[in-house]
Amino acid sequence: MFANFDFDVIRRSLAYLFFDGMTFTLTLTGLSALGGLIFGTLIALMRLSGFKLFGRIAGLYVDLMRSLPLVMVIFWFYFLVPYIGQWLTGSSRPIHVGAFASSLITFVIFEAAYFSEIMRAGIQSISRGQPAAAQALGLTYSQTMRYVVLPQAFRNMLPVLLTQTIVLFQDTSLVYVLSIPDFLGAASKVAQRDGRLVEMYLFAAVVYFAISCIASFGVRRLQSRIAFVH
Amino acid sequence: MNYHWNWRIFWEPAPSGTGTYLDMLLSGLVLTIETAICAWIIALVLGSVVGVLRTLPSKAASWVSFAYVEFFRNMPLLVQLFLWFFVLPEIVPHSWGLWLKQLHNAPFYTSAIGIGLFMSARVAEQLRAGIGSLPRGQKLAGTALGLTTAQTYRYVLLPMAFRIIMPPLTSEFLSTIKNTSVAITIGLVELTAEARSMQEFSFQVFEAFTAATLLYLLINIVVVTAMRLLERGLAVPGYISGK
Repeated sequence: MFANFDFDVIRRSLAYLFFDGMTFTLTLTGLSALGGLIFGTLIALMRLSGFKLFGRIAGLYVDLMRSLPLVMVIFWFYFLVPYIGQWLTGSSRPIHVGAFASSLITFVIFEAAYFSEIMRAGIQSISRGQPAAAQALGLTYSQTMRYVVLPQAFRNMLPVLLTQTIVLFQDTSLVYVLSIPDFLGAASKVAQRDGRLVEMYLFAAVVYFAISCIASFGVRRLQSRIAFVH
Repeated sequence: MNYHWNWRIFWEPAPSGTGTYLDMLLSGLVLTIETAICAWIIALVLGSVVGVLRTLPSKAASWVSFAYVEFFRNMPLLVQLFLWFFVLPEIVPHSWGLWLKQLHNAPFYTSAIGIGLFMSARVAEQLRAGIGSLPRGQKLAGTALGLTTAQTYRYVLLPMAFRIIMPPLTSEFLSTIKNTSVAITIGLVELTAEARSMQEFSFQVFEAFTAATLLYLLINIVVVTAMRLLERGLAVPGYISGK
């Protein structure tokens, strides 16, 4: 089965795979998780704000994003972002948006919906006494959120947020549909150039597996170490 | 925006020669649903077996199912589909590989099985959590009544566990439907792929994607409503959501 397995093709392309491909994948994962968390928290706060209209808009946004396949959303933004850019900058033609920027915008907007559900659960897990105490101390709404509720919600939800980031890490491979050289895209380019699909795809699978396994093991350890605050 | 909207495009004949652009999208919708249902059956059956194995007292069974779940959960679905589609035919004995490569409708079978296996790990985890959430007394009572382990699962644990995990299973089913779009990469011409080719033929990118988006939303609404009815129909009186 591995008789004509060519390990050399992997060795030859290691630098390309990791310095170009994996760097793209990890940067995209990290920045999307950060952006998704920030926007997700804002959306969660909108949903819990008590303003009916805000809550409705945020709810619709989350439901919409969660009912669409990511591949579809990737295509949507790939075509839509140049037009939005044109509209924002007032230029006469759809502006050119790079592969990285386009995917980053897509993932931030898409993941914000998922992160917002996690943060919402986190905020709701904080006992009502906490914001009440903060208010009694004379803190404003934004101070209450910033110094009392959100830090605890974030801490409680950290394992779930990290698990979602592992899912996001795997999902970034879908930028393949735009022929962007992320880790899988890079592996696939080499595979097709050298006619070595078996080696490259198996190698990509092993790398994704190892990273996700180690990361989820780490999350599990973290989960058993941090105490849940009510 | 200097984009030329043309909503009547859906009624214009598509160059594929099989009807209008709308027919094209609808045939994609049908394929999406077919693939998702096949994948879901595989996911439910395998996921139930693996999920049950995970809760058995046997060390070996729980190790096997743990390994199974980790294997399918820690690789992107896209990579798994590539493994089944491009790698598998090369590493099996030559004649089998040839048969696989000549298989008619290979993208359909590959994606149904690949997505099915991928989702089965998630179903297994849900079922494990469902069985784990039952009070210990249930299993003990089953044993005390003289039921075998198989009977305890069949008549006591599983009927309750499946009812408990109905809501998460609904979202797993929705994920299965959404995941069929990943199969666009191995050439399955489902809804997203049809929208994509409609965009390539007609340049009406936003009309095509709007229509596909609406169809996905429609599937979601139908599934959520159906599952809610099913949940209500199956609810045990006096228990959880039962009346």
